[in-house]
Amino acid sequence: MNITQILVGSLSVITLFSALMVIISRNPVHSVLWLIVTFFSISGHYIVLNAQFLAIVNIIVYAGAIMVLFLFVIMLMNLNRETEPQKNKWLKLAGVLSGGSLLLVIVAALHTGDIKAMAQVKEGDIGLIGTLGKELFSTYVVPFEISSILFLSAMVGAVVIGKKE
Amino acid sequence: MPIVYYLYLSLALFCIGIVGVLTRRNAIIIFMCIEIMLNAVNLLLVAFSKMHPPKAGIDGQLFVFFIMVVAAAEVSVGLAIIVMMYRRIHSVDVNFLNRLKH
Repeated sequence: MNITQILVGSLSVITLFSALMVIISRNPVHSVLWLIVTFFSISGHYIVLNAQFLAIVNIIVYAGAIMVLFLFVIMLMNLNRETEPQKNKWLKLAGVLSGGSLLLVIVAALHTGDIKAMAQVKEGDIGLIGTLGKELFSTYVVPFEISSILFLSAMVGAVVIGKKE
Repeated sequence: MPIVYYLYLSLALFCIGIVGVLTRRNAIIIFMCIEIMLNAVNLLLVAFSKMHPPKAGIDGQLFVFFIMVVAAAEVSVGLAIIVMMYRRIHSVDVNFLNRLKH
């Protein structure tokens, strides 16, 4: 068992634990903070896979922008443990059972197939900014521009929806 | 690392997201669970992009980049809708959203 496997294993434990804490904790602010931990550990996975560009974008976009937006909205609404609506325990049990059975079905389907492929870790220049940038601004330049239009329309939409009528 | 490892990890993360959507009533937390599911798929795409070493994975990683872009746009509009709903009914409980029925 080498150092990479230990690193990936501990990152996975952190990822799953913090994702579980997101759905377990009663206080919405704690949920957001655990979600930030999840995103940082997923960025750690990207770094181990040598996808440096995506690791940085994940931290900036998710942990930086999106999570600040969530935290801002939750604090604006003054949500806390007391105002948190709860489902009754049978509905919760049904939800856990259906999610668990989906997990079981896909694990059973994967278990029979004998997959031997390996993912390359700590090497390869696919994920570097130079490689991805050249491809993004040559082959994928049209989708890139379209995504800027998407952002503009999302911004206009958010302003229109949020406006007092 | 064997690819199966990442398959099981993102599968577990995706199912945690599904369980969260099914068991919570707070609209914001449901939204966060959707983000968890998107991230599980992103992780799997990045792992798959490293499967065939020389050049094959660039498309996969750009796909992840575009998923992040769309997720950011989605969050801004979705949170605007949730804020508007809070202004109308003073709650983020999704059970109050069944009023379209009546």
